[in-house]
Amino acid sequence: MNQPVDVLIIGAGASGAAVAYSLAETKMHILCLDQGGWMKQAEYPSTGRDWEAKFYGEWATSPNIRGRPEDYPINDDNSPIKVVNFNAVGGSTIMYTAHWPRLHPSDFKVKTLDGVADDWPIDYDALVPFFEENDRMMGVSGLSGDPRSPLTHPPMPPQPLGLSGPLIGKAMNKLGWHWWPSDTTVATTDYEGRARCINLGHCTPACAQGAKASTDITYWPHAIRAGVELRTHCRAREITTNEDGMASGVIYYDKDGVEQFQGAEVVIIACNGVGTPRLLLNSASGKFPNGLANSSGLVGKNLMFHPYAQIYGFVKEPTDSNRAPPTCLWSKEFYDTDLSRGFTRGYGIQFGRGAGPVFEAVASEQKGILPWGKDHHRVFRKLNGHRLYFSAICEDLPEEHNRVTLDPVLKDGHGIPAPKVDYTISENSRKMMEHALAHGREFLEAAGATDICTNSPIPWGGWHLLGTARMGTDPERSVVNEWGRSHDVKNLFIVDGSVFVTSGGVNPTSTIQAIALYVADQMKSRLANLFD
Amino acid sequence: MIVEKSLTSAQRDDLRVISGMMIPESDEYKVPGADDATIQGDILATLGRDTRMVSTALDHIARLAGKSLAALDEAKREAVVTEFRASGGAPAAVLARVILQCYYRDDRVLRSLGLELRAPFPKGHVLPEGDWSLLDPVKARGGSLRGTT
Repeated sequence: MNQPVDVLIIGAGASGAAVAYSLAETKMHILCLDQGGWMKQAEYPSTGRDWEAKFYGEWATSPNIRGRPEDYPINDDNSPIKVVNFNAVGGSTIMYTAHWPRLHPSDFKVKTLDGVADDWPIDYDALVPFFEENDRMMGVSGLSGDPRSPLTHPPMPPQPLGLSGPLIGKAMNKLGWHWWPSDTTVATTDYEGRARCINLGHCTPACAQGAKASTDITYWPHAIRAGVELRTHCRAREITTNEDGMASGVIYYDKDGVEQFQGAEVVIIACNGVGTPRLLLNSASGKFPNGLANSSGLVGKNLMFHPYAQIYGFVKEPTDSNRAPPTCLWSKEFYDTDLSRGFTRGYGIQFGRGAGPVFEAVASEQKGILPWGKDHHRVFRKLNGHRLYFSAICEDLPEEHNRVTLDPVLKDGHGIPAPKVDYTISENSRKMMEHALAHGREFLEAAGATDICTNSPIPWGGWHLLGTARMGTDPERSVVNEWGRSHDVKNLFIVDGSVFVTSGGVNPTSTIQAIALYVADQMKSRLANLFD
Repeated sequence: MIVEKSLTSAQRDDLRVISGMMIPESDEYKVPGADDATIQGDILATLGRDTRMVSTALDHIARLAGKSLAALDEAKREAVVTEFRASGGAPAAVLARVILQCYYRDDRVLRSLGLELRAPFPKGHVLPEGDWSLLDPVKARGGSLRGTT
């Protein structure tokens, strides 16, 4: 029999770790459950000669391909963009590019500015202290002063430009377009117990050096030292409620597969934009027949992915290939709405430095630019180590038909119904992607690139899982209020990307964590009347 | 060795033949073909979760060939492989990938490419700092963030 706790957090990833850390100072009994376990840096791909092959198997970005016991299947057949994530302590911060832009102030006011979607119930200024705290906790490198991005104060200098950075910078300068060193969570100096980056290469699937911030090595050690309990290999099945309609706890399966109940005064969900609606919909009961916290009918709806329009080519000069973190520069040249382009809103650009030899061979063979037969070797030597990427992160506007529901057949290893994703790319997004590809081509031509290829959308590019339990002041049009509390269940909070009202055109993890810290702060300031 | 047993002898023969057709030996670059015994051994030893798809791909090749690919003459092999690449779908992509991922980690091949024979960790790589003056025009142009009203 588990003793009830004050606060139960479900999910130990980006947002769960941040909210746990922030609430720890209350000295409440805080427990976090995660379906995954602690990862071991010594076993990360870059420690072996077969590091690239692992990306196609046990370290694939898609949980459906990876199929670790900690993963759950996702039916994304009806989506051109497949869900990618990672399930462990640290969540998808184990497996991400560490690219660290923030949403812009204007992203919180899209209805006011552009007449589309909805404004957020909070603004950028409300999040600024939490962005700053989060940057310090995660350890950010970058260069302050980007005229086209919100002001940041990275505690570490930016990554070196390497070989690829100057090629990108020169091409962008030729076009007169904005570019800037990315803020990243890659440590460029020794930082808070983390060793500096030594350029192991493609650090997306976890960093053996520990230079890339993931919450297992940033927030969690602090939270655990402060008394938070973290229970691993525990998969939540459903949130239970009492006769008053309040959350009473969670039914979960422990590491031995035994069903357990964990009572709690407060439940916080931090399972990402697919896992959170899955859990809420699996928590349907007589009192909440359409799923928990779902009186609006919006749980699972308005899924936003960020369709990526990627274009790449090959330059004569050597690029960094697999000898550097994949991203180092961004551009906000096409970030803001300009209706003359034929679409509303815009996109951020994330440049890529190159690829390793196996990835290059596999990708180029699939694209048909690497031939079979006697010419294979000559062409491979022309391509390998010469790739540059231009990836547009297109703002995805909320549409209710893009949604997460429960699959009627598919179940995870514990028999829990799996999520089903139905998603289409909107006409606005398609126009944005076409614009990005055309301008990406201009960029590549300015860089002197040839053999230009596209991935639009990047099929396995569903990194950013947003909008499926949106924030708002109107209970009929949102799932949680302006400080993350469910409109329907007064002791239930959501802190992950589900609460996003709109997606912006940048990687969202920085903003997700800032929101988690903001919600925690709101909870702390309202402890006396948290459920009123 | 369970993995090796999962491909039949005929399938292994066809795997070797199609590997060599994909990447032949080159005297110019001083590299083996992907049909080299060591590389084939690596493929078979590490097929793992890809075994089923590779087996499906090889069965497809055998169907197109009407018999073992290895038993055909060169011209007929080319025709079969052309058809296989057009119609093989996901299993064909997996077959190509397993050949490439083993070929491009072979010591002789990496040496020919001028790459070090090691895992990235713990030595890592050194990146040049690059010319930061390239950012001067961006700074000079300046810019501003869109307002919120």
